[in-house]
Amino acid sequence: MALYSLQINGQTYRADVDPDTPLLWVLRDNLGLVGTKYGCGIAQCGACTVHLNGEATRACVLPVSTIGKAKITTIEGLSATGTHPVQKAWDAVDVPQCGYCQAGQIMTAAAFLKKTPKPTTAQIDEAMSGNICRCGTYHRIREAVKMASNATASTAKGSTKTK
Amino acid sequence: MQTLSNASRRNFLKVAAAAGGGLFLGFNWFEANAATAVDAATTDLSLAGNVPGAVPGVGFNSYLSINPQGIITIMSPNPEVGQGIKTAFPIVVAEELDVDWKNVIVEQAPLDTKKFERQVAGGSGSIPHSWTRLRKAGATARQMLMEAAAKRWNVPVTECTTGTGFVRHTASNRQLSYGELATEAAQLPVPADVKLKDRKDFKLIGQSVKNVDNAGIITGKPLFGLDFYREGMLFAMLQRPAFGYTLKSFNEAAIKAMPGIVDVLTFDNNVAIVGKSTWQVRKAKEALKIDWTKTDATESTDDHNRIFGELLKSDKATVRRKDGDVDTAFKGAAKVVTAEYQCPFLPHNPMEPMNFFAHVRPDGAELVGPTQTPELARNEAAKLLGLSPDKVTVQLTRMGGGFGRRLKADYAIEAVQVSKRVNAPVKVIWTREDDMTGGSYRPAVRYRFEAALDAQGNMIGYKLRGASINAGSSTREDNFPAGAVDNLLIDSIDHKSAITTGPWRAPITNFLAFAEQSFLDEVAQAAGKDPVQFRLDLLDKAKTKPAGAVKYDIDRMKAVINMAVEKSGWGTKKGADGRPVSQGFSVYFSHRSYVAQVGEVVMQKDKPVVQKVVAVADCGIVINQSGSRQQVTGCIVDGIGHAMYGNMTFKDGIPEQSNFSNYRMIRLNEIPDVEVHFVDNGFDPTGLGEPSLPPAGAAVANAIFKATGKRVRNQPFIEDAALKSVL
Repeated sequence: MALYSLQINGQTYRADVDPDTPLLWVLRDNLGLVGTKYGCGIAQCGACTVHLNGEATRACVLPVSTIGKAKITTIEGLSATGTHPVQKAWDAVDVPQCGYCQAGQIMTAAAFLKKTPKPTTAQIDEAMSGNICRCGTYHRIREAVKMASNATASTAKGSTKTK
Repeated sequence: MQTLSNASRRNFLKVAAAAGGGLFLGFNWFEANAATAVDAATTDLSLAGNVPGAVPGVGFNSYLSINPQGIITIMSPNPEVGQGIKTAFPIVVAEELDVDWKNVIVEQAPLDTKKFERQVAGGSGSIPHSWTRLRKAGATARQMLMEAAAKRWNVPVTECTTGTGFVRHTASNRQLSYGELATEAAQLPVPADVKLKDRKDFKLIGQSVKNVDNAGIITGKPLFGLDFYREGMLFAMLQRPAFGYTLKSFNEAAIKAMPGIVDVLTFDNNVAIVGKSTWQVRKAKEALKIDWTKTDATESTDDHNRIFGELLKSDKATVRRKDGDVDTAFKGAAKVVTAEYQCPFLPHNPMEPMNFFAHVRPDGAELVGPTQTPELARNEAAKLLGLSPDKVTVQLTRMGGGFGRRLKADYAIEAVQVSKRVNAPVKVIWTREDDMTGGSYRPAVRYRFEAALDAQGNMIGYKLRGASINAGSSTREDNFPAGAVDNLLIDSIDHKSAITTGPWRAPITNFLAFAEQSFLDEVAQAAGKDPVQFRLDLLDKAKTKPAGAVKYDIDRMKAVINMAVEKSGWGTKKGADGRPVSQGFSVYFSHRSYVAQVGEVVMQKDKPVVQKVVAVADCGIVINQSGSRQQVTGCIVDGIGHAMYGNMTFKDGIPEQSNFSNYRMIRLNEIPDVEVHFVDNGFDPTGLGEPSLPPAGAAVANAIFKATGKRVRNQPFIEDAALKSVL
């Protein structure tokens, strides 16, 4: 066991865990941040996607000892009140069926749109095909990413003006 | 709050007494549920639904209570597995109660067999079972609210109307909110008969209502079984034997010495590791070195392929249906069509693996987790512990999918077993590998069809045999075209295996529909007829000169067929390049709903690509447009995905696929467009969790045939030689 200090959602968390413990289980078992889901444990399904310095990262294969000072964002920290454009689009399109994979889908989409604010459908399909949805909500995921891309693109434009 | 709560409890007694005479439902229907609402609000917040902490209100019946501010709390008793029941049920209650949906709070009810019937998620049966019950629950409360207002105003109740949470007296221009009336109203006698709304007056039913748990889902709130944590809870994982193996010995001392490990147990050939964190337990599980004893019961996929051949030749099959004289019909046939179809075992693979929390104490047990059948979990736990069932509580969490896997209670009982032995609250967690290799698979089946055609291309004889591994009966005697063929024989024969099977979304029909609807396409082809017209002719025959019983509604089936023809542009559709689009047809009646689908395939660089599926569903009245459309679309994605890729094979009883790295699931970049239409016929609603899945595979396979001339008869399609030859 070793004591780790982690920068998560703008706060500092401490966890006393084995060094090889994946971030996923530190979040869930130690820190009570259970929005990040376990799906496969081998980075194949995307249910555990978080942002590590803004990059979509699979928390199930990320040993806590490798994180250091990197900034982690989980679904709980994507926005304070569920008002991130991707979250709003997910609700507006009514994407979730069972809902289990959706936190990972949302985190993947949010990181993707930051880099690609105006994606084509083919780019969306490629970016989102790493996340499995067993219920088959893929059509709505695609639609929600498009909706969010319009919202984020206009927000980005607005923020450029203020600079 | 306290005063209100006490008042509620008094009302509970009074209303319960008033209902004692046995009303139209006679099953504790009108027990007020004030106690339930309060209890639900005070249970673990980690399980709170869309709105944390329901405001206590006055109970009217098992389903609803109303607080002084006019907030309506509607209990949803059935397990939510992604089928949308937690949204659909309250819509029905709210419609008849006549309230603004914005003022409705939905709470998941725990298992309570005194208050609710059939707390099950399965068989697409929740909606047909509860439709009238839910309407009456809402309508009765509305009537009592109107009577309370009439009393206050001293006017006849017949002069009162309601509108979104208010009772109105138009003549005197007065109105009172439901919140103001709730306490008085709940004390009135429960009306024995109430008028339900006319369908044309529905305001909420038929609209698009969003999933009530969206806010929690998109912000990562603890909703699911795996999200449930309890202070002092231990974590447990099990190593279960492969199929046909027993436990001999293992490195117990080494595992016990690993960091964080509290105990190691064995029961039922399982090794259970109990520890302080998920990861420590997982590492210990990986360090297990187990010596298993292989028994004679182990089987491989090669064995099953041989067994299928034997079963198809066997004279021991059970006859499911026999009409006319098939032998004579086949002897006199101008043409005979024969084909065999086969599917493999499939794991369920819900995104949330199996898990359950149990805390066993000497005087009772508390269970919390994702289950499609909480009552089964409770009863099995009670039996194991030697307790009366009322000493076992079951709290229902939202489920990260189920697809039939959670109709078994095995994983909940494992938690009970471990908690009992370690005398502590325990969460049993299955890894993905455990989930995929842990059995309860969709059974593997091979079907053989034979059809006899006369010189005019009429189907005068039909034979179907199902040969299965652990499926029980793999045929359905009432399926179309039964009733439309004078000489018909349907039988089935099963091989008992150590490989455990269970219900998998649309049990049996998930593959039988593919086989039947593909074979009908083959027969139509052999008869030189359009596949749609061939089906319509058979339905006319079933209508005018039925052969034996007809258990499907011929007119409803024809209606979905005709609408699918119209919506898909059957036979006339051309692509952007002006070339005809290759279409495949499929229609199926299952779980009380009728669904027709047209698959569209185009050739891109000489390879068939499934570009679209047009679906027409008749599930009677559509309760929630948004949820219903997604159920149909999701079923089609699921049906096509598993038909294309799903494959679970075995070597000496050991599953050869174990995670998403070697078991392929359909992904976003592989989905066809899906267009959904509903028949608007006003029939009472039926469920949608399953019926759109069975026809999907054949709609696609028949379109592939149209495009390539290759007949795909085996799942997964990608392993089928016919498809491989054109890929």
